[in-house]
Amino acid sequence: MDLLQTKGIEKQFLGVKALKGVDFSVKAGEIHALMGENGAGKSTLIKIITGVYPASAGSVYFNGKECKFRSPLDAEHAGISTVYQEVNLLPDLSVAENICIGREPRTKLGFIDKKERKVQARKALARLDIDINVGENLSSYSIAIQQLVAIARALDVDCKLLILDEPTSSLDENEVKELFKVMKKLREEGMAIIFITHFLDQVYEVSDRITILRDGQLVGSYDAKDLPRIEMVAKMIGKTPEQINEMQAGIVKNAKFGDTVYEAKGIGRVGTVSPVDVSIRAGEQLGLAGLLGSGRSEVAQIIFGVDPHDSGTMTMCGKPVNFNSPQKAVKAKVALIAEDRKVTGIIPDLTIRENIVLALQASKGIWKTMTLKQQEEMAEKYIKLLRIKTPSGEQLIKHLSGGNQQKVLIARWLATSPKLLILDEPTRGIDVGAKAEIEALTQQLCGEGMAVIFISSELEEVVRDCDRVIVLRDRKKVGEIAGSDISLKNVMKLIAG
Amino acid sequence: MKKFKFPMRYVPISATILVFFVVYLIGIISFDNFGSPKVFLDLFVDNAYLGIAAIGTALVILTGGIDLSVGSIIAFTSILIAKMIESGCNALWAIALALAIGILFGMLQGWLIHCFSLPPFLVTLAGMFFVRGCGFIVSEESIPIKNDRVFDFIQNDLSITLSKGLHLRFIVMLYIAVLIIAIIFSQRTRAGRSIYAIGDNELAATLMGIPVGRTKIMTYTIAGFCSALAGVVYAIYLKAGNPLNCVGLEMDAIAAVVIGGTLLTGGVGYVFGSLFGVLVLGLIQTLIIFDGRINSWWTRIIVGLLVLAFIFMQNLITKISKSKSKSH
Amino acid sequence: MNKTSNRFRHLVWPLVSLALLLLFNAFFTDNFFKIEIKKQDSAQTVQAPAVPDNPPAPGTSWITPENYENSSDSAEAAAKTVDQAGQAAQAAAEPQQAPEKNDGKGVSIFGYYLYGTPIDILNQGAKVMVLAIGMTLVIATGGIDISVGAVMAIAGAIAALLISMLDAGSFPGASMGPAIYWIIPVVAALVLATLAGFWNGMLVAGFGIQPMVATLVLMVAGRGVAQLITDGQIITFDNPGLVFLCNGHALFLPFSVWIVVTMYVVAGLLTRKTALGLFIESVGNNERASRYAGIEARRIKWLTYVICGFCAGVAGLLAASNIKCADSNNAGLYLELDAILATVIGGTSMAGGRFFLSGSLVGAILIQTLTTTMYMKNVSPAIVAVPKAMVVIIVCLLQSPVFRAKVLSIFASKAAKGGVQ
Repeated sequence: MDLLQTKGIEKQFLGVKALKGVDFSVKAGEIHALMGENGAGKSTLIKIITGVYPASAGSVYFNGKECKFRSPLDAEHAGISTVYQEVNLLPDLSVAENICIGREPRTKLGFIDKKERKVQARKALARLDIDINVGENLSSYSIAIQQLVAIARALDVDCKLLILDEPTSSLDENEVKELFKVMKKLREEGMAIIFITHFLDQVYEVSDRITILRDGQLVGSYDAKDLPRIEMVAKMIGKTPEQINEMQAGIVKNAKFGDTVYEAKGIGRVGTVSPVDVSIRAGEQLGLAGLLGSGRSEVAQIIFGVDPHDSGTMTMCGKPVNFNSPQKAVKAKVALIAEDRKVTGIIPDLTIRENIVLALQASKGIWKTMTLKQQEEMAEKYIKLLRIKTPSGEQLIKHLSGGNQQKVLIARWLATSPKLLILDEPTRGIDVGAKAEIEALTQQLCGEGMAVIFISSELEEVVRDCDRVIVLRDRKKVGEIAGSDISLKNVMKLIAG
Repeated sequence: MKKFKFPMRYVPISATILVFFVVYLIGIISFDNFGSPKVFLDLFVDNAYLGIAAIGTALVILTGGIDLSVGSIIAFTSILIAKMIESGCNALWAIALALAIGILFGMLQGWLIHCFSLPPFLVTLAGMFFVRGCGFIVSEESIPIKNDRVFDFIQNDLSITLSKGLHLRFIVMLYIAVLIIAIIFSQRTRAGRSIYAIGDNELAATLMGIPVGRTKIMTYTIAGFCSALAGVVYAIYLKAGNPLNCVGLEMDAIAAVVIGGTLLTGGVGYVFGSLFGVLVLGLIQTLIIFDGRINSWWTRIIVGLLVLAFIFMQNLITKISKSKSKSH
Repeated sequence: MNKTSNRFRHLVWPLVSLALLLLFNAFFTDNFFKIEIKKQDSAQTVQAPAVPDNPPAPGTSWITPENYENSSDSAEAAAKTVDQAGQAAQAAAEPQQAPEKNDGKGVSIFGYYLYGTPIDILNQGAKVMVLAIGMTLVIATGGIDISVGAVMAIAGAIAALLISMLDAGSFPGASMGPAIYWIIPVVAALVLATLAGFWNGMLVAGFGIQPMVATLVLMVAGRGVAQLITDGQIITFDNPGLVFLCNGHALFLPFSVWIVVTMYVVAGLLTRKTALGLFIESVGNNERASRYAGIEARRIKWLTYVICGFCAGVAGLLAASNIKCADSNNAGLYLELDAILATVIGGTSMAGGRFFLSGSLVGAILIQTLTTTMYMKNVSPAIVAVPKAMVVIIVCLLQSPVFRAKVLSIFASKAAKGGVQ
């Protein structure tokens, strides 16, 4: 009865094993949630199933037959369709066209039959109980509707297995309800649905089974009704409930904190994060804990001004400020090392030295430059301090490993002597040794009076090092613990809810 | 009762048609004879070659690319035909050869652009240089087309007489025919819709199974053909070939396409709009000629401002529809 | 990693190509490297290789009111006018064919100057060399400016207009004396050109319009504006100050060469001795990350367009000075394309990021050398476009990662075949 089955799937990328022998199966007529933290291998597994790239080992069976898809189109022809998070459709073409393009009904002369096309489109949408004007451009509809159009297209190509990749990230509560209605209806009709999400509430609301991956391996597949939340969270972070109970709380540091460096009341952004209160004092290390997608990075970006806040107020060292651009935050001595360093961090074709001096130079302006010697000295200093593995500061940063690139970014911001340093997943993709170095470094910085906001999905790190922890779930703040209350168990309780 | 919402996507072309009528109105009010049928027909006669070229340009722009070789191909084609006829060749063979060269050249450009991911701007820029130079290799001076039976036939006999002194000339009929074919192609064939898809979101188009490479190369091939055909029309119109002509014409074609409501980023717009874009350009020039006092270079300035206005309008529309989809 | 070798690596291919070209000329072109020392006021010898403006192709869209008649009825007449237009244009090109006509009005220090083909290359190529400075910076931020030719026309137009007004005494305060007042048209031209750059920057950085689209506006409208300024005429002038820019000499070399040198030195200092170069490269390579680092990306981009406009102004003055008139239709025609080509040859990628002013300079010299070589071989100016086109394609292919990968895979499979045998 398994519609889709993977046996022993492995995937190797240039020395990194992204998947280590995953057995995964999905039945027809079920909604199957696929969960895992970063690096778990979810997206890799999906990409193999949908033909984006081939597996290094193992096999995929669909409808009983072994399949070797060479492209997403191949998979689509076989009956596997994917609806992506960014809705990869054609915004400036009509809904009908989006659903039917490439397969438009034709008249006897061979030209596209516009009326029939609309009928075909409406039929597909009717299966989802949706009735909209299919002649309108896709972009004139909300993301929620666009997603449903994407699903309708999948139906039109006779999809048997539908993969929904984080479909609810941009939806509000009502739209999520609508989507779930549609998913349940399709399930009744016998469709198999793989549902990738990190919204814990949603998982339980709509899934029949849950598969958890961690570190490229299968942790297990469970019936949703048999898996308590706290157990699920535990499996996702790789700990058994007993281990969690046994773990000691973090060492309470009787550190003396200085004045409040940054305080925000009710800052939020519609569609991104519900209003939260955040405050931090000099010398304090504040952790933002939560599962992937809970809104931690979004909060960081709001504080740093990348995404301006719609509501709430903020003060910096007592003075009211409004960070609606990174430049303003940087001028006020705030620094952010963002999560996705490729996109928001490194300047790939510039040298390590140039990357390091960049932020400091930006704050100084065009005219006040550092001499080449000063720059080289600064680069040397940080290469030594952070133990960046490179023959020289003139290497292009794109040739460094991920961990070393991260260190360069840390160096960049340390060079600006910030009052508030925000680290978003600073230890992701870094080897153990470097991780320890960075941890020690943040402790040292706090000791010197810097305020540090530390975001990590590795809850142990957060528990171990932070003086206070704000816990987020599903884009909302669900709690704040301090001092001796900080323990893995307490954090997880708040996350699981 | 359903409220009638004017679809956003028709706004740009409606604006173009509006501008056309407004300018026409200004002309009729300001000058006698401006509203005469002869003036209207002359608009088409004088701009038929630009119109045909603009069709090919429109299709290329719809895929998100650009074609700078248009003017050069027109000049090359015209001088090639003139030279061949002067050397005694049959005009029909000359025309056939010219069209074949246009097709092959367009295909070559499309192939370079797609298979090596080269920027269309640079490839067609090189194409422009190359073809312009080839035109000069054919002949360094202009060559009139005289005493050719085919050309004489086309020019004198192949037209529909509407009334005394009013003729619907062949090149106008040809332009309208090509336009109609292009409109049907872009709206009612799968290949045509693929062009729009590629221009709108090439990644999505690939994922949706549209043959991106084939379609792109086909589009540049069509553009090459249109440019060559425009060159044939040009030769008929001028009764001569000249390697020096049409310098910068590709910019006129692009302006006509933008004014016609097509986004330079691709995916949005109508081939039909290029007709009005070309007519607007022609109208402005006619207006200025009629006036006699205003100097002709105002054409350039007005065209530039129109292009700017349409770019802003497109920008605005894009922003509005983006915010609409976010806030629903 | 050897710092020096990295810094000059981009110059290898352009210099090699230039060297090959010069080698070719050394063997196959008489008198290519012959350089004479001429004294000012010496008899004019028409020995100089004719290096017309680049290209002297006249010809706007041929429909101009002057030759518009009821064309449907008199296409023959139209054909004739086309002919005439072509011939007239070629005649207009003649003055450019004369060598540096030394009316004795050009000033040269020491009274001697060098004279010969290489010198001519530098003189004629000065326009593109100057344009390439601004174009390189704009392309480095990931943008492009196709309006520089039109801006050149505007600059030339305002300079010619003002100087003829001043010369004719119809301008208040014209009695300042001929030696000095030519500064006014020069300043006016530069100011106007810089404003044009500001306009382009506003559209691109201020309104977020795509660079090609935004600069298209000025490219289309700019020549109209230039003609507006000159009232449709070709305004000639012979003011010694203005003429000197492109025809005069200083320290043995044409003055234009010194202008180029000065501008490159200033640009080099501006980009490498301040943080501007770093910011430009950062913005071009990864704009988002640059913003995150606190760089005002918008301002940087805006600034590059302003600089580009200024360079176009200088180039426009050079162009006008060269032919001693402002020709709004032909000044700078297609030079934007040469500037882009020079930039790309010089190693700056069209995607933005690292830029190489020195490379653009060599690229511009290469282009001009190619052009001059062809002229000396009696190749008609317009046919020069053919090899130019091939150079563009070759450079693009070499820069394209897809092409390189395909070539490598061909070699790899050949090697595999050879090995496995």
